[in-house]
Amino acid sequence: MAPGQYSTDPKQHTLSPIVTGATVIGMKYKDGVILAADTLASYGSEARYKDVCRLKKVGEYTLLGGGGELSDFQYLSDQLDEMADEDWLNEDGCFMGPKEYSSYIGRVMYNRRSKFNPLYNQFVVVGKKKDEPAHLMYVDHQGTAFEENFVATGFGMHLGIPLLRNSWRADMSLDEAKALATKCLEVCFYRDCRAYCKIHIGVCNGTSVDISAPIPLNHFWGHGAWTEKRLEDDDPTATW
Amino acid sequence: MQAPVEQRWSPYADNGGTCMGVAGEDFVVVAADTRLSQGYSIHTRNCSKVTQLTDKCVIASCGMKSDAITLHKHLKARMVMYEHQHRRQPSVTAIAQMLSTTLYYKRFFPYYTFNVLCGVDDEGKGAVYNYDAIGNMERVPYTTSGSGSALVMSVLDAQIAKSNQTIATPSLDKAGIVELCKDVLSSVGERDIHTGDYAEIFLIDAAGISKTEFDLKLD
Repeated sequence: MAPGQYSTDPKQHTLSPIVTGATVIGMKYKDGVILAADTLASYGSEARYKDVCRLKKVGEYTLLGGGGELSDFQYLSDQLDEMADEDWLNEDGCFMGPKEYSSYIGRVMYNRRSKFNPLYNQFVVVGKKKDEPAHLMYVDHQGTAFEENFVATGFGMHLGIPLLRNSWRADMSLDEAKALATKCLEVCFYRDCRAYCKIHIGVCNGTSVDISAPIPLNHFWGHGAWTEKRLEDDDPTATW
Repeated sequence: MQAPVEQRWSPYADNGGTCMGVAGEDFVVVAADTRLSQGYSIHTRNCSKVTQLTDKCVIASCGMKSDAITLHKHLKARMVMYEHQHRRQPSVTAIAQMLSTTLYYKRFFPYYTFNVLCGVDDEGKGAVYNYDAIGNMERVPYTTSGSGSALVMSVLDAQIAKSNQTIATPSLDKAGIVELCKDVLSSVGERDIHTGDYAEIFLIDAAGISKTEFDLKLD
């Protein structure tokens, strides 16, 4: 629009996501809490960006994982970075932890939904501050928020949660927790068209927050049941 | 020309759950399940619907979780403000009126919460208040709200108000009402998919507030 002119159209808000991320898996384990997400950002049904990190370190002890609209995730990430900087600038020797950040994010999400201008995400906010117990919270675009021992967002809520319910224990080792999160995302990759075969795993253990380099998932598509032609034979046992 | 949008975003969600309150002569019993669901998914099995506001008043909210969180945060802040101004905690009746005003303040973008406010009033009597989402309220001997409320209410009508009972039976004592609440929530869990997992039962009397937990079906 030319300078000096203004639009007479009503103001438009994002009410449907454009570039999206899929599942995030989060779970507590013996010494802290982990978060895992694949590296894909989809543009509708197109696999648009295949090397995106959907995990974000916030402050010293907190990790944020986002599904849904990626631009909104990046916007909130930037806001949180500013907050963390101000927290650091105070030089008061205390820093915000996962409880503070997750509560704040929950209020931001509720505030934006109340303005009919939501951040179209499902977030998992996890962390562990020093010797305090591990913290894991789910927050979504309507401001719904709750704490749990393990969560999954998006398709993972349907495909990953049953695995987590069966296998999750409070005394899991880091390796066991990573293996379970990987398994969940592997199952998602097989059946969710917006999932991908490369993932990041983030770990919070009270002293550090580490996000892994991209990890490729194992996958095998050569099973007989998947390669045999059945539909053309008019076979009633074909199930997919 | 804009392409038609398939599904409009809604600021509201229904997170299900059931709560109930029964007033006695000098006590009140509040019970609520802890399931948080959305559609056919269970978000979590252990999320309390009940917030303690004062030493003798609690609120239980069903409906939308994020609105309930906001409302409860707001009320707790108001409790602190009242105590700073008046050097005592607000009475249940005062909170009841304030809650109605708070809900009606958002008349045209309501909190999607269905509240049961319970406590022991200044005369030492059990008090139960029921609200709709926009602040209509009533003090009642017993009430319920949430996804299983229709199922709960019919039992409470029969067992507390003794409606349509042809044989006279003695009214229930404190322990009897607690047991009734457990039975009712267990039964509602069988029929309402949004109710289940665990129940929290609060007993408020002259001794203060005591909380017990009770298992419901995890299906």
